[in-house]
Amino acid sequence: MVRNTGRNPKDKLFEGASAFFAFAVLALTALLFVVLLRESMQAIRDFGASFLYSRTWDPVVDQYGALPFIYGTLVSSFLAILMAVPLSLGAAIFINDFAPPWLKNPVAFLAELLAAIPSVIFGLWGIFVLVPLLRDGFMKPVSKYLGWIPLFEGPAYGPSVLAASVLLAIMIVPFILSVSREVLATVPQRQKEAVLSLGGTRWEMIRIVVGQHCIPGIFGATVLGLGRALGETMAVTMVIGNRPEIFYSFFQQGYSMAAVIANEFAEAGGLQLSSLILIGLLLFLVTFVVNLASQWMLSRMVKNASRGI
Amino acid sequence: MANIFEIRNLCGWFGDHQVLKNIRMEIAKFSVTSVMGPSGCGKSTFIRCLNRMHDLTPGFRMSGEILLDDVNIASDRVDPVNLRRRVGMVFQQPNPFPRMSVFENVAVGLKLNGKKMSRGELADAVERSLNMAALWNEVRDHLDRPGISLSGGQQQRLCIARALAVEPEVLLMDEPCSALDPVSTAKIEELIEDLSEKYTIVVVTHNMQQAARISDNVAFFLLGELIEMDKSGKIFTNPSDKRTEEYITGRFG
Amino acid sequence: MPTIRLRRKAVDTTMRWTFYACAFLVILPLFLIFFDLVIKGAKELKWSLLTDLPRPVGEPGGGIANGILGSFVITLLTMLWSVPMAVMCGIYLAEYGRGKFASVVRFAVDSLTGVPSIIMGIFAYILIVLPMKRFSAWAGAVALTMIFIPIVVRTTEDMLRTVPKTVREAALALGIERWKTTLYIVVRTASAGILTGILLAMARIVGETAPLLFTALGNQFWQFRFDQPMAAMPLQVFSYAISPYEDWHDKAWAAALVLITIVLFINVGARVLTREKK
Repeated sequence: MVRNTGRNPKDKLFEGASAFFAFAVLALTALLFVVLLRESMQAIRDFGASFLYSRTWDPVVDQYGALPFIYGTLVSSFLAILMAVPLSLGAAIFINDFAPPWLKNPVAFLAELLAAIPSVIFGLWGIFVLVPLLRDGFMKPVSKYLGWIPLFEGPAYGPSVLAASVLLAIMIVPFILSVSREVLATVPQRQKEAVLSLGGTRWEMIRIVVGQHCIPGIFGATVLGLGRALGETMAVTMVIGNRPEIFYSFFQQGYSMAAVIANEFAEAGGLQLSSLILIGLLLFLVTFVVNLASQWMLSRMVKNASRGI
Repeated sequence: MANIFEIRNLCGWFGDHQVLKNIRMEIAKFSVTSVMGPSGCGKSTFIRCLNRMHDLTPGFRMSGEILLDDVNIASDRVDPVNLRRRVGMVFQQPNPFPRMSVFENVAVGLKLNGKKMSRGELADAVERSLNMAALWNEVRDHLDRPGISLSGGQQQRLCIARALAVEPEVLLMDEPCSALDPVSTAKIEELIEDLSEKYTIVVVTHNMQQAARISDNVAFFLLGELIEMDKSGKIFTNPSDKRTEEYITGRFG
Repeated sequence: MPTIRLRRKAVDTTMRWTFYACAFLVILPLFLIFFDLVIKGAKELKWSLLTDLPRPVGEPGGGIANGILGSFVITLLTMLWSVPMAVMCGIYLAEYGRGKFASVVRFAVDSLTGVPSIIMGIFAYILIVLPMKRFSAWAGAVALTMIFIPIVVRTTEDMLRTVPKTVREAALALGIERWKTTLYIVVRTASAGILTGILLAMARIVGETAPLLFTALGNQFWQFRFDQPMAAMPLQVFSYAISPYEDWHDKAWAAALVLITIVLFINVGARVLTREKK
């Protein structure tokens, strides 16, 4: 009886070498988690769960709580998602179903280029172009007339949660867009044609098809975009204002988890360093779970599509 | 004439499914043997045993003996790499290496098999192989063009040249013409005849006319069993098994 | 029912224009950013920008030459070990990896892809900066490695999987050993796609700032030693941008223009490479 084995020692060596590198990648990933955990132990021991809900971040008295950062990260990311998802979905539908053929590839290509821009350049553009534009063109008029609404309260300085969210939205659009396009493309052509042949308009076709097939996939794309937004560092650091406070108005300044690491890490030591690493660990865990969720949703979507559901 | 292959009690399984049942067969040196039968009869599986192509198919196993010049190549102790250098193979779909030129396609087997050759020797070997595959005159002026830029029939002859370049003794061909047009098919059939002077050829085909045209011997497979093997003249005029007769008269298959 | 038909038609038209508007709004920032980069960057875009060291505030001239070199050095250093590691890992996953170990590796790679880049900076800080007690180019390269690897592992695996089984069979049937088949036939067949993945990952790490903030740190001067803090273009863009000085802001734009040119050159070049293959 012949077993299916490669007997050649060089084959074994090569397979072993490739397996070794695969193991190295796995080990690096594990190491990442382990060192983050180890170095944040001091902060975990000192603050425990109160780290999550304490608002004090004070190196002078060596007291650290991450609530303002967690809050700022979550609010700015969700606001970004709120803006980015409808835009990306609309653009994805445009590219897949409405664009004239000569326009499809250029638009898709340009959207991909947007994803290639380094985030520090988004930040630079945010500071000097987007923030003044928002301040003078949107925040000032709105706070003048709608300032009584808490969300739009306060003086319009410029750097703000709103600016960070808009910038984040611009940055995550390409990711949501490309995943949404893939999701939309899983709908079989014959189903679209079926709606059209029954006398439906194109919009009705989109609405029915998207409503029936694409909701989980688009949710997956959204969550993927959320993962990106949560961890984005430079652009947010440069426009959010970097004030560790709980804000109520989008016009106020805030802070994010990634931003506080970026700003304070190089000069921190002791408990402050450990607290910053703990924020990093939290960010790692949150993005990990979020990405896992999006992958799970998207893979389910693809499975459904292949089953023709 | 001496036999190059002697196959004894060859059985093959994909998982729990037995696809070859107790095959016993002898293949004469410098003969052309056709293996025919309806699809799913195990004919492709069978010739892939002859150069151990199944080694990499998960879940396949076989038992029995395949003697190549009296050495059991089905044994675990035989290195399939050396075996495949002696027993070459041409596939159903022409499959030149996509990112290689015509020249490289033929030369790569020699290069990667570790033969030390000068550039001139290599060029000679490539020309010789392309000549044997009746392709040299068509490609001599564009050897550096990608192999996949050739026509389907030319690609298949390129694959034959590639197989011949490593100087095998046996050439296995798995339905080599099924993806080709009639003109290309005729060329390949002619080529098989020419090559049979120097090589032992085993061809899988589902085309009876082709089997009749090209082969000295024909083996008829049905449901994993070798029903009958005989001289090509005999099997098509006076088969000894009723099932062979039914197949060649077109009653099934 | 003409009114209903008219209304449906009106809704259809409205939605159509909404989709057009969405596409326009998605692309618009790209043009705005490029426009501003060119307009504001051109002001300080001189030869001296590419050849000179940074100068203190108030002194005219000065450049980002050390940052360009630093980015180049750190990127190459990263790729020196990341490319073989990632490609071999991709080869393992595509050619050998079945069963539990491979799925665990695949899961790890997928997880790494989503980790925010600043966390890779923390990783390298703990691993390299703390023990060495010094910021260094080494640490920067280690941080970038963690970003580079998952991208290239994934593209390598995907590209190798697009190589048809018949190519592998053809090679094995010639009596070519399996490892040679993998390396010289299969990898070569997928080489354009793998190279594209490598270049895209390279374009990505050239522009990364966050992982370098507290690893490579940045430097005002030339630095050729890997165990010392090293300048990098994205770091210079950042520190110029957040400075309170007008003329440094101009330098930030000019440096950003140089950076985006390099990044897009690599990125678009990588795409052209795969297009040629098709």
